[in-house]
This record gives sequence, C-alpha cells and structure tokens, in this order.
Amino acid sequence: MTHTISMTVNGNNCTGEVESRTLLVDFLRDHLDLTGTNIGCDTSQCGACTIMMDGSVVKSCTALAVQADGSEITTIEGLATNGELHPLQQAFWDEHGLQCGYCTPGMIMAGVGLLGDNPNPSESEIRHCLEGNMCRCTGYQNIVKAVQTASQSMEGGA
Amino acid sequence: MGKHIGKSVKRVEDPRFLQGQGKYVANIKLPNMAHVAVLRSPHAHAKINSINTAAAKALDGVIDVFVGQDLIDGGVGKMPVIWQVPDNKIPDRWPLTPDKVRHVGDSVAAVVAEDPYIARDALDLVEVDYEALEATTGAKATTEDGKPLVHDEIENNISFKWGLGDREACDKAFEEADHVVKLDLINQRLIANAMEPRACAAQWIASTENMTVWTTSQNPHIIRFGLSAVTLPMLDEHKLRVISPDVGGGFGSKIFHYPEEVIVPWIAKKINRPCKWVATRSESFMTDSQGRDHVQNCKLALKSDGTITGLYVELHADMGAYLSSIAPLIPTVICITLFSGLYKNPGIWGETTGTLTNTVPVDAYRGAGRPEASYLLERIIDVAAKELGMDPIEIRRKNFIGKDEFPYQTPVAFLYDSGDYHAMFDKLEENANYQGMRSAQASAKEEGRLVGIGVSGSVEASGYGPAATVGALGFYGGMWEHGGIRVHPTGKVTAFTGSHSHGQGHETTMAQIVADKLGIEVADVDVVHGDTDLVTQGMGTYGSRSVAVGGEALSNAAKTIRKKLVTLAAHLMEVSEDDLVYDDENGSVQVKGVPDKSKAFGELAFAAYSGHSLPEGMDPGLETSAYYNPGNFTFPSSAHLVQVEVDKDTGEIEIQKFVAVEDCGNVINPMVVEGQILGGIVQGVGQALYEHGVYDDDGQLVSGSMLDYTMPRADNFPMIESDRIETPSPSNTLGVKGVGEMGSITSPPAVVNAVVDALSDYGVKHIDMPLTSEKIWNILQTNGG
Repeated sequence: MTHTISMTVNGNNCTGEVESRTLLVDFLRDHLDLTGTNIGCDTSQCGACTIMMDGSVVKSCTALAVQADGSEITTIEGLATNGELHPLQQAFWDEHGLQCGYCTPGMIMAGVGLLGDNPNPSESEIRHCLEGNMCRCTGYQNIVKAVQTASQSMEGGA
Repeated sequence: MGKHIGKSVKRVEDPRFLQGQGKYVANIKLPNMAHVAVLRSPHAHAKINSINTAAAKALDGVIDVFVGQDLIDGGVGKMPVIWQVPDNKIPDRWPLTPDKVRHVGDSVAAVVAEDPYIARDALDLVEVDYEALEATTGAKATTEDGKPLVHDEIENNISFKWGLGDREACDKAFEEADHVVKLDLINQRLIANAMEPRACAAQWIASTENMTVWTTSQNPHIIRFGLSAVTLPMLDEHKLRVISPDVGGGFGSKIFHYPEEVIVPWIAKKINRPCKWVATRSESFMTDSQGRDHVQNCKLALKSDGTITGLYVELHADMGAYLSSIAPLIPTVICITLFSGLYKNPGIWGETTGTLTNTVPVDAYRGAGRPEASYLLERIIDVAAKELGMDPIEIRRKNFIGKDEFPYQTPVAFLYDSGDYHAMFDKLEENANYQGMRSAQASAKEEGRLVGIGVSGSVEASGYGPAATVGALGFYGGMWEHGGIRVHPTGKVTAFTGSHSHGQGHETTMAQIVADKLGIEVADVDVVHGDTDLVTQGMGTYGSRSVAVGGEALSNAAKTIRKKLVTLAAHLMEVSEDDLVYDDENGSVQVKGVPDKSKAFGELAFAAYSGHSLPEGMDPGLETSAYYNPGNFTFPSSAHLVQVEVDKDTGEIEIQKFVAVEDCGNVINPMVVEGQILGGIVQGVGQALYEHGVYDDDGQLVSGSMLDYTMPRADNFPMIESDRIETPSPSNTLGVKGVGEMGSITSPPAVVNAVVDALSDYGVKHIDMPLTSEKIWNILQTNGG
C-alpha cells in the first residue's frame, strides 16, 4: 500500500509516494536525495541519522516516513543559512570535532537540539545528551568542546 | 617547523562533511541502478543440501538470484590471502559459499532487485536446506582432538604455527631468574564498528568493457589488483577503476578484500546494469573481519632488583572460519616483534598458533597485533612490580632502552629508530602529578574508597614498511607509496597520493607537506586520493603509514618539481643554477642576494607549459610522480597514566583522570595528531571496559548488534590530557612516525592496571577484559570477605 505524504524539509515543500514501511531516513535519502543524513545502524543506537522534526531531535531510522506527514523537518543540509555555517557547524570545524565525518550530521543535529533546549549546558550535560550518538573516530572530546564553543558563540551573538 | 608543517591548519575537507556533502558509497545513485542483498547463514556450521530460489525469483521486482555455484561457473576466483606465513594452511573461501557455511553470516546467495526493500524481501523467500553441524569455538579449545573441523583438510583446526626470538637466551633467562611471573590472559574478540557500514557499487560499460567499482576500502589499488588478478580475472586491470570516495572510518576493517566486492561487480556485468549493495549494521557485525581474540600464556623472568631478563609467550589466535586477507600477519609478525616493548630484554621467545573456528574471520583491527603485544607485556610487568614490591613506573624505568642506545636492535627482529622513554615518562609524571595522585589515592583508601592508578607504556612499529622486508615476512606486494604532483599552468597544484583518508585528514596534512616543500599556500594545493584512475598507484592506509610513507613520497615529488623550477628559472634569467635560491616563503626562484631579480612560482609554471623558451633537453609541463620505499619502519612510543574509582556497590568503573604523552616524532598538524591520539585512547578504553564480541558454544554471535555490543559513548569519559614529546625519526626526511594506532595500543593495559590496583586489597592479580561492572561486582562479592 502506498501513501502520498508531504512535509516541509529545510523550508521546501516536498511530496512523495511511499510504502507504509518506508523509513523516514530512506525517504529523505532515496526520494529527496538528501544524503547528508547517514545510516549507521539498524537498532536506533548510533544516531547517525539524527534530524529535527517539528523542533524535536529524532532518529530518522526509527520513524516511518508516513509519521512525518505534515511535519517540518530540518536536516544537516538545511542548517547553514546563505552560505554561512551554523555556529555549531563552525565550532565542529574550529575544534576538530570530526574525522571521517560519518557521524557528524547526526551529532550536529543532536547538538543543535541540545543547545535549543539548554543554551548553556555543562560538560556533563553535553556528554549525557550525546550518549545516543556514537562516534568511532574522535573519542568525543572535541565534539564536547565544539558544543561548548558553539554555546559561547551563540550566547555572544544573541 | 616549516611554513605550514607543524601548524594546526584547520581541515580543508571539513566543510563538505559539516554540510552533509560527504561522498560516501551508499550515496551513489546511477541511472537504472539495481540493488543487491546478500543472504547470510543463520548457522555457524552447516552443510547446504540445496537452495531453492524459485519463489525469490518470482517476486515482483526481483531481477535475479544467484548462488555460489553460479559465481564459480561464471569465473570468479577464491578470496585471496595476501599475507602468508610459512606452511600456513589456507582454506578455500568463495565469495558465495557453494556447499557449506562456516560462520553465522557466511554468504549463501545474492538477490538483485529494483529496490533495496524488495531485495531484502526476496532474501526471506530463498529456501536453503541446511544440515546443521556441530560448531567449534575458542582459540585454544578448537585444537582439541575430537572437535569438529571447520575445513575437513585442516587437522586440529590449526592453520599455522609461527615463532620468533632467541629461544636459547629465553630458556637461559628462566633457568637463572631470581623471580618468575606467570600470567594467563585473554585478549577478547572485538568488532571494529566503523560508523559507516561497508558498501559496494559497480557499473559495467559493456561496449568498452570498462568496469567501475566503488567500495568502502582503505586501499582501492590493492582491491583493483585483487579483483583483476584473482577474484574477477575476466576484468582487465587497466579497464577496472576502483574508487573509494569518502569512507566513514575503517580501523583496519576496510583493508580487506571482501566477498561483496566480487559479488556486486559480477552481478553488474551479468545483468548489465549498475548495482549497489549497502550493509546493514547487523551484516557488519557478522561479516566485517573482526579483531584480536588471543589466549596468551606468558612468563616473565626477572632479577630480584626488577631487571627483566626473559619473556616467554605461547599465543593461540582465533582466526575465525577463513583466513581474511592479511590475517596470518596479525598475531605473528606484527605482534611478536613488539614483545621487547620499551625495554632491554635479551631473552624473548614467542610462538603463535593460528586456529580456525566457526566464527567471523579475524584480521587487523586498530593496532593489529601491537595491542595484543603491548597488553601482555604491560600487564605482566605490572604484576611483577606488585610481586617485587616496586612502583610500576620504577620497574619500567629500570628496564628502559636509554635514549643514547638508539638505533636499538631487539631480539625480536626490529631495529628501533629513536626514542626517549625516560623523557616521555618525566613528562607523564609531571603532567599527571603522579606523586600527588598517589597521595590522594592513599587518602581515598583510608576513606574506604577503591581508587586505582594504572600506568603503561608502549612502542609500535609503524610506517609499514620496507618492501623487501615485508616481502621476506610474507606480504605479496610492496609497501612503498606513490605520490604525484601536478602544477597547473596558473601555479595551482593537484597532489595525488596512494594513501587513503577515511578520517585521518590527509587532504589537509598532505597539502601542508606539499605546500611547505614548494613554498606555496595550503589553499593552492588540492589533494586527490582513493581513485585508481586518478592516482597512478597506491598501497593505501593502514599500519600508521600514511605520512611516514605517503607523505615522504609527496615530499620527494616536490623536490623534483623544485629542481625543474630552478633549472627553468636559470634558463629564463640567464644565470647559473648555482647563483639561484628557492624561496620557501613564496615559491619563487631568486638570484642570490638580488631579491628583486626573481621568477614567481606561477610565472615559472606558465613558462613550463607555454614551452616558448625551455632549456635544451627539457620537456614542457610541470608534473611528476615519485615512489618512496622506506628504509625502516618508524617506532613511535607512548605513555599513559589513568586513575579510576570502582563503585563498591555496583562494580561500576569511573575513569577520573587520563593523562597521555606520545612521541610520534615530528608533527605535520598538531590538531590532527591530537585527534588521532584521543580517538585511539577511547577505542582502547572501549576494549578495556566495554567491548566484547561474544560467541556462544554453538558459534552464535550473541553480541551481534549495537544493542548488545557496548560501544564507548560520550559520557564514559572525562577530558583526556594529551601531550607530546618529539624525537624525530631518522627513518624518513620528514622525521615523522605513525600516530593513528598508538592510543589504542597503550590505553587498554593502563586501564586494567588501574582497576587491578584499585582492587589490590581484594587479592586480585588479574581480570580479563572487558572489565564489566558485573565482573567487578562479582569479584567484590566473592573476595570482599
């Protein structure tokens, strides 16, 4: 059975035909060609596929595309504005918060969610928040620093 | 330090990753592309009586279904083992197994369909009549008489035995020893879990017989050779292009030539359509070659003052159901050669028995043999220190190779190039405030808290490696590296490296080397890697070799470019080359003492391409290609100090302090180097505390998902304090040593030493990794009195 769904993705209206079982991450990647959102596991442990849906952090491998019908989605591709990196993207770059880059989109989206809820998180709050996102390269330290740096720069810019 | 070398240049590759523009294999979408899914065995050991594919083929959207015999009839070769040790018995391994499955996840059939969902649906419709057989597991247990044979022709499941050292000196050391320490260790099975699951895509152009294969490999040129020479011999190497674009981490698990790299292009050619296969994480768990899995029986001989005189080790290494590409190397050559560690020890002997079990094949995993060596050595020395009543740092210092003793010949083949282990530990003790930590530990103990301090130090052989040496030790290829430089007519530069970056940051560090050597800006150098059509040759990235070998090749290529620029400038300015100087600040060539008489880099590049006025015998153009074959390995070293506290009620271990000092020689980019160290440390702590690839007696992989296999997470760690000393390597002109694996080699014994120290009042001599809270809690209950 197929369903016609529509949603706003990174500010654009998108419509598609999907099966009931189509995962949101597959809809984003295969139907909309938004391949910035990666798939790292099949048990919703790794967080590589993390996006924002209606302002909440969601692992898009755990949601069905039909569940996102009518929602507002932000993926990693929608984070920079007018060619300018989001402060957290910039901080990941400045702090060497990425190596292979595979976990990075999900990690950044989780971080954006955290900073939205808690603009001044402590180190332990950052580490706790990111425990649902795995990184095999960095040892997390520079990711934590990137979130701290972004927290400061966003506060300064506000 | 040069203009760019030694600077923390921000990575040039990052903007694409930060904005979701990484070019991973799974993202490839080609017109008319079909999707492949592979049926995996649910049994660890079973005979295949028959396979019925009719229902799968009949499913709407399925293009075809293939079994092992189809591929054999279609001309595929067996999976090759490209590093072998003498007299090793190599079992047959086909891309799809035709007759018998030998581990859970063994490949049985391949479906190709219009859609990846349909391809997976069809897997459920393939009917395989399995006759289940008894399975064998356990590195040592599998060799017992009466155990089922993984391969009928390999007796006692023993593939090879390999020994190294001075057996006579070793025996003598134990005869004359004042004190002998015995320790039996298990270095557990690990699963690499690079965040990007493996993937492969292929496109066949029938009209010209060109094949392009995209694969998540650390070494695309080796895959091209393996495909065209062995596994898909119907493909010609010169018409086969292998591309490993952005690869999401490897840690060794993406070195190897995998069955899917044969299956996918074979199907693409067969059905004459582009095809793609992307592993699920579950498939990664049961098909990516795994790591470690040793049973180690060790003895250390000492004098009563703590001087080490001998080490004797019997190793049993579980190689899994087949020998993966370079598997025989890992528990032998690359492991036993490091049994000397940081120490003078005249009497070393090690012997490895490589065994077969009904488990996923085992091969290189970050550190690859070196963590196994470092772990046994750094654990047994710690036990010796306790038994002799010595401080763990004191006993290590007593046995260090002195900085004036390099180059140092160990009794296990290696000639260490350089190091200063006392200086490294000086810095470690100072940065950590070791004495202060010990005082605080004593106070904590008085309060009844279980605080432990652990130390470890290790050396590794990196920069693999001199071609003749690795050839003599069993490698089929050479381990040189290729580097090419193309200066464009405008003075912009493309650098080509046979090394491969899957997170290491080569697009930045290699650009720093080239820019430095040519006196130009990093922004004016673009680094190309991972494409066999663009990069002439390459050996890829593993064994912490990229900068020490690949960087050196590019550095040599730059020297050739400089030489041509100087010759050309001399001709254009009508002066002798001896009167010219190359300006490292801006790449111009100047008349000595007359700075305004010069030719700019771009000006010379254009002159080289215009060809209007060239010296006699000089061809137009400005590009070159260099091969670098290293004269020796490089020997980085590292020291870690860890403080843990064990929760008496739960057995949970908290890492309270982690201090690291590394020596990887000269450094191209300190930020990138620190990133490698931090990542390696956390991966090593993962082994010490969390990770374990568990098989039950039936060969079922019990920890076969990220729900069951504990990966280190952000909230497991404090901020790690990382620092360096620099003893340049004399093995290459850059003075660099490898750094990618050091963290994971040194950290596991440091953490285990700390936990054992914390539990010293509980009569604990040793605990096998991973040190789960359950294990610790049981010790506290049993030994708590």
